[in-house]
Amino acid sequence: MGTVSPPTPLVIFMKYLVVGLILVLVVLHQDVWNWDNDRLVLGFIPMTLAYHACISIAASAVWLLAATKAWPADLDNAEPSKQQNQVGGDA
Amino acid sequence: MIAQIAADAADSALLSPGMIKVIIISVYLGLLLCLGVFSSRLFRGTSEDYLLASHSIGPFLLLMSLFGTTMTGFALVGSTGESFAEGVGVYGMLASSSGIIHSLCFFVLGVKLWSWGKKYGYTTQAGFFRDRLDSDKFGLLLVPILVALVVPYLLVGVISAGKAIEGATRGDFPWLIESGFSETGGIPPWVTGLVICIVVLVYVFFGGMRGTAWANTFQTLVFMILGVVAFYLIATSLAEKAVADGRAHQFVDGERIVRTDPPTGLWDSLHIVSQEIPKARRVRAEVAIEDQIESVEAPPQFRTRERLDPWMFFTYMLIPFSVGMFPHLFQHWLTAKSAKAFKLSIVVHPIFILIVWVPCVLIGVWATTGLITIPPPVAGDPNKVLGFMVKSLSGDVLGGFLLAGILAAIMSSLDSQFLCIGTMFTSDIVVHYGGKNRFSDRQIVLISRCFIVAVVAVTYFLSLTDIAQTRVFQLGIWCFSGFSSLFPLAFLAVYWRGLSKWGAYAGLLTAVSVWFTLFYSSEFGAIENWSVDLPMGDRTIQTMPVATIFLATIVATVVVSLITPKPSPTTLAKFFPVKG
Repeated sequence: MGTVSPPTPLVIFMKYLVVGLILVLVVLHQDVWNWDNDRLVLGFIPMTLAYHACISIAASAVWLLAATKAWPADLDNAEPSKQQNQVGGDA
Repeated sequence: MIAQIAADAADSALLSPGMIKVIIISVYLGLLLCLGVFSSRLFRGTSEDYLLASHSIGPFLLLMSLFGTTMTGFALVGSTGESFAEGVGVYGMLASSSGIIHSLCFFVLGVKLWSWGKKYGYTTQAGFFRDRLDSDKFGLLLVPILVALVVPYLLVGVISAGKAIEGATRGDFPWLIESGFSETGGIPPWVTGLVICIVVLVYVFFGGMRGTAWANTFQTLVFMILGVVAFYLIATSLAEKAVADGRAHQFVDGERIVRTDPPTGLWDSLHIVSQEIPKARRVRAEVAIEDQIESVEAPPQFRTRERLDPWMFFTYMLIPFSVGMFPHLFQHWLTAKSAKAFKLSIVVHPIFILIVWVPCVLIGVWATTGLITIPPPVAGDPNKVLGFMVKSLSGDVLGGFLLAGILAAIMSSLDSQFLCIGTMFTSDIVVHYGGKNRFSDRQIVLISRCFIVAVVAVTYFLSLTDIAQTRVFQLGIWCFSGFSSLFPLAFLAVYWRGLSKWGAYAGLLTAVSVWFTLFYSSEFGAIENWSVDLPMGDRTIQTMPVATIFLATIVATVVVSLITPKPSPTTLAKFFPVKG
């Protein structure tokens, strides 16, 4: 319960990078520039659908980065505590 | 082998098309029952094993059960229906944002809550919040709210299943019309609802969380594979039918002429059907009459649509935060064998969403092309579009398998929800207030099973009421909005030492009261696409109700927490240990 190991500078940097990339994805998600575009990509997928399918792929890539480079440390060391399900004071 | 037997039977004219589908679905449901019974053989007899599978679920099972649980009738039937009604923009509104936000919730909440859950023995969200806030009574407020929000979500599944099967078997059983059981000659929704409730009940009852995880994995594989098969069959069959009916077009020397050459494969079929999608379904902005393809044979109502406010689109992005507070997902998170088991789910979840949603959205807009005639009863109820397309464009045997796939998607969510409500009543009410030492493990499992039976019964009877007439998508959006509004509570509880129990009470009560006020204003979901309109400069912007509730919850939680006493130093040290 007392202390945990601090994350390394690289992990801290990667966490900020992942947060930044997520924010970029959120901005890219608001594709107002596509709203009037009725072109079919590859001849069969409407542009707005193809664009957002790419957002899904990009999201997966960002989460891959998070899972490999910005994974929180020490969590796998969680062992059952003697204080299991302790209930606090009244409201 | 099953397909061969069914095909042979059909060839020998022993079975009607409707009976073939019924037999295939029955065999599939039978397999699920066997899986549930088999998983019960591995049951270790403890309540922890029944409710949390003894924290033994590895990366693959966790991925499949988390994905199967989040994808419900909403993802298949609802997305196809909404795409039919509103256009391809539905993918951007919900699916691509879910790819970002769902994994975010798994990463920032799921992993952390798993570690605390394993360390401190939590089974439900109420157990965690009670501990984190130093407040025993917080659970008394939280549990009824969560149950009230899960029940509509359960209804979405049962209603979706009923309507999909009814649409897909339309006209297959004319004797049902004569006997007054059905107006369409399809299997009545109440029969489908009853059957899937019983099947899910049996494997959850016997298999508990392990049976649910296994069944989810099996069903997720089934609906993903069959979804891809359905997409292929519908694309190729629709193209062939369109050419045969003289409805397909092609460009020759810049001129649009009727196509007479049959399609040459999947790629060609995709081109044939997609080029007929009306502009109104390809874009999200306003469409004028002159923008329409004149030769499109789509009915006039498919050619125009109301403009979607960009603010509405932006605020839709808050809906997927609901995953952070789904009680059934919380319970699934706790089943993980290790923190690392989450990695696969976090990375692959957005791709799985793409695999399921893109075909469904395309099938929905293809139904608006005019290449196939959509009867008014189906066009008037978008939830029936997927079932109708499957029935019209695939053979009876494959149609039966595809229907089994739709049911798989729906049941893989229902099971977790039934189990979680049973768990909440058992852990948060009976065991918590009755005293942990008062019940043996065996009694706790028995109590859980009794609650699960009761929840299934209540859900089924509610599905028979007028609520079943509400559009699945609209019902789902209000339900998800409620859960999303509670996300700030979970996030602040995990990452902010300053969260006090009074702040949490304020946030929870604010979320509930604002949600109810807005739900009431929308005439309880009867007004479709209802929005909160706000003045901005010289114009009015439209926002999703969830944005107002979400913001109000954050403000109430933070402000009240800042001016009220914090949890005890012992509690803070327990959840926020010093680094270094």
